[in-house]
Amino acid sequence: MNAIRIEESRAAKTPLPGGPNGRKNVDIWSLLLEGRAFIALIVLIIIFALLSDSFLTVNNLITMTKHVAYNAILALGMLFVILKGGIDLSVGSTVGLSGVVAGTLLQGWQLTLFDVVVYPPVWVVVAASLAVGTLVGFINGVLVTRFNVAPFIATLGMLYVARGAALLISNGTTYPRLAGSEELGNQGFLLIGGGRILGIPTAIWIMVVFALAAFFILRRTPFGRWVYATGGNERAAELSGVPVRKVKLRVYMISGFCAAVTGLIISSELTSAAPQLGETFELNAIAAVVIGGAALTGGRGNVRGVLIGAFVIGFLSDGLVLLGVSTFWQITIKGAVIILAVMLDQAQQRITRSKNAALAAADKQSSRQAPTGA
Amino acid sequence: MTSHALANRVVMRARGITKTYGPTRALKGVDFEIRSGTVTVLFGENGAGKSTLMKILSGVETPTDGVLELDGEEIRLQDTVDAARRGIAIIHQELSLCPNLSVRDNIYMGRELVRGIVVDERAENAKARELMARLEEDLDPRTLVADLRLGQQQVVEIARALAGEARVLIMDEPTSALSGSEVEVLFSLIRELTANGVAIVYISHHLEEALEIADHAVVFRDGELVAKGDRGEIDINWVISNMVGRSADDLAPDLLDEFGEVALSLRSVTVADPANPSRLAVEELSLDVRKGEVVCLYGLMGAGRTELLEALAGRVPIQKGTVVVNGRELRGESIGERIQLGLALVPEDRQRDGLVQTMSVGENSSLASLLSFVKGAWIRRRGENEGIAKGIADVRVKTAGPGASITSLSGGNQQKVVIGKVLMTEPDVILLDEPSRGIDVGAKAEIFALMAREARRGLAVLFATSEVGEALGVSNRVVVMSKGRIVREFDPRTTTREDLMVASGETTDDDTIGSTTA
Repeated sequence: MNAIRIEESRAAKTPLPGGPNGRKNVDIWSLLLEGRAFIALIVLIIIFALLSDSFLTVNNLITMTKHVAYNAILALGMLFVILKGGIDLSVGSTVGLSGVVAGTLLQGWQLTLFDVVVYPPVWVVVAASLAVGTLVGFINGVLVTRFNVAPFIATLGMLYVARGAALLISNGTTYPRLAGSEELGNQGFLLIGGGRILGIPTAIWIMVVFALAAFFILRRTPFGRWVYATGGNERAAELSGVPVRKVKLRVYMISGFCAAVTGLIISSELTSAAPQLGETFELNAIAAVVIGGAALTGGRGNVRGVLIGAFVIGFLSDGLVLLGVSTFWQITIKGAVIILAVMLDQAQQRITRSKNAALAAADKQSSRQAPTGA
Repeated sequence: MTSHALANRVVMRARGITKTYGPTRALKGVDFEIRSGTVTVLFGENGAGKSTLMKILSGVETPTDGVLELDGEEIRLQDTVDAARRGIAIIHQELSLCPNLSVRDNIYMGRELVRGIVVDERAENAKARELMARLEEDLDPRTLVADLRLGQQQVVEIARALAGEARVLIMDEPTSALSGSEVEVLFSLIRELTANGVAIVYISHHLEEALEIADHAVVFRDGELVAKGDRGEIDINWVISNMVGRSADDLAPDLLDEFGEVALSLRSVTVADPANPSRLAVEELSLDVRKGEVVCLYGLMGAGRTELLEALAGRVPIQKGTVVVNGRELRGESIGERIQLGLALVPEDRQRDGLVQTMSVGENSSLASLLSFVKGAWIRRRGENEGIAKGIADVRVKTAGPGASITSLSGGNQQKVVIGKVLMTEPDVILLDEPSRGIDVGAKAEIFALMAREARRGLAVLFATSEVGEALGVSNRVVVMSKGRIVREFDPRTTTREDLMVASGETTDDDTIGSTTA
């Protein structure tokens, strides 16, 4: 009886698309809506290109894309968490923490017990930073799965804890020289963010690799499918044998890992590691995911959308800087864009829902008319 | 029945009410009268149209066609507030109270007594106290609703309707959460209300209980009002025969007569109620299901059927007892591991537990058997597509394609997807909890035909239902559950509907059943 009730009221609340005339409109609108983030990006590029001569130069595009890459890598990790139906507020702090871990190891690691200073090679430094970032994600995941802390609260707590850890390790100061030296054998860290391959900054390459990896993981592995299923309906996923807890734990670890990567890239680019690095980065990452059409309720979103979202945010900020628009306006405009994106997403969902409800009703009717066949 | 002096004036009348959802007609030209000072009971199976009519009478929905009259005047109800203003109140089956507010605040929610611009809490308290006294419920109006037992919450719900001075009071399953003594209080209250001229519309699945209070009865089937009668002319057989019509007998699919070895064996299985761990939902239950056999778990809501099936599937822990699947004893395996062992559940609530609404038909179908399509790290796309195509065809899902959204399917087709998903895991034992819930008669027949086919193929089938027609029509053996225990077993070929209803406690006081059959 309950099920019937739910179905009926759903069907009743979603109006059917209009007659044959109304229908065409709906289709054009839904097409525009579906491609809205991409259209917005094109419109942005056109506007900035018209207003500024230097916007469409190769150098500027490369610089902007490098900035996009920082946010995009974070956002790709965030995508996993949001698809699962969670949120990760700790990524900005993890960026800072991973940079500080790299910084402290490159400056030399004081082993007081043996009264020696150890200078680990760069690959160890990188591995240690990534491990620390993944550990932050692991703790988030354990809090969420084992202790049933709401993701918002768990990661909010870790936002402070990870930032505090970064400040404690560095004693609040910035590690200034990350170049390493030849005699210590720890050179090469600066290549991560400062290097170029085929004239393109490594950060952009890393973004491309991560995007491809995320794409294939989400589309082609059982784990990816499980992330979507868990976010779409955790109970149904669980009853279908999906290891829901493991999935949840892993998405936070992926997000922490991505944050650590971002921390390494930026510290390397800046040739210094500040404990304050990455403040409010989590918000940009969430914004990119949302602009890309992902639902914060989980189960809906994709890599393409996240990339477009990251580009929209990145190009918008850099374009406004180029035009000399005040920072205050930049922030305001960014906020408005996020709200608009979500409103359009709601509109699209309404259309999809009513279409599906109409199809379901038609299906029900046809099965009534031909009840046999089994 | 002293009340009849005031009675039998038509307060509210529905004429030719039709309600369509898209192309589906939930109500087909229903004529219906509500008389003051009487209790009109609505009977009908799930989906017969009772709830839709109640929603229309209480302003939740507007009819597609037909008119409502109140005191002979045509009215158009805007919403429930409008209906309440006209003296029409509804007590919902699901409680609609705010647990974070007090009893008083809930009773006066939306119609607070005010003095100037502030709520007159003292007046509200006093009146709420009066209401509680009338309902013989010793409750401080300032108690938080969250702290109340379910039965007490139901009383608050009723008090809320009374506070609005309803002339027409609609009660949708008001006793489902009440204990035996609370039901008595409710009934005496109903009598008091009718003596004051209030018209009551009453829906309940407890047939005999509802008959006890009925002045008039009407029966719905497939969106039509098929029979009506007054007290004196009606009895339980009249209700059942009109409720069921012929549709249940159409189900009867072919089943095997001889079965294979035991595929699922339960011994003294005890399960705690997940909602209230101090209570046992299933107690010392033992049962065998053989290959090729269809066993029906019949029982009322709260009998423990769902908890038993969920415990078998691995969603809730089994507190005590052993479960053997295909000769292997379960030892706390996860849901996924049990699916690998050949034990899978089609859950009761399709929307909540069966489907991932954000995924397509195909993705839903392959979700439980995904690992069988994996090679190395990747899902083999062609293998998965072939598997899905086969799975969908196997259960005859009608869909535009595997890529179609699951929400674009009707309830019946969605249910087939859920069953298909489970069958794609190649189970040996399949558990189905209310497999026909919320689907059309036609689709129902298809679902049961599928179930029977799988049994003929050698699966052990255990399904739960609260509909007598299904229990008798599509099983080899009916096991009646009440209060977490097996009360009796029946052979459906030699059993009547009445036998089942009596055994389940549907037609008698719960307490006596518990003690006579334990």
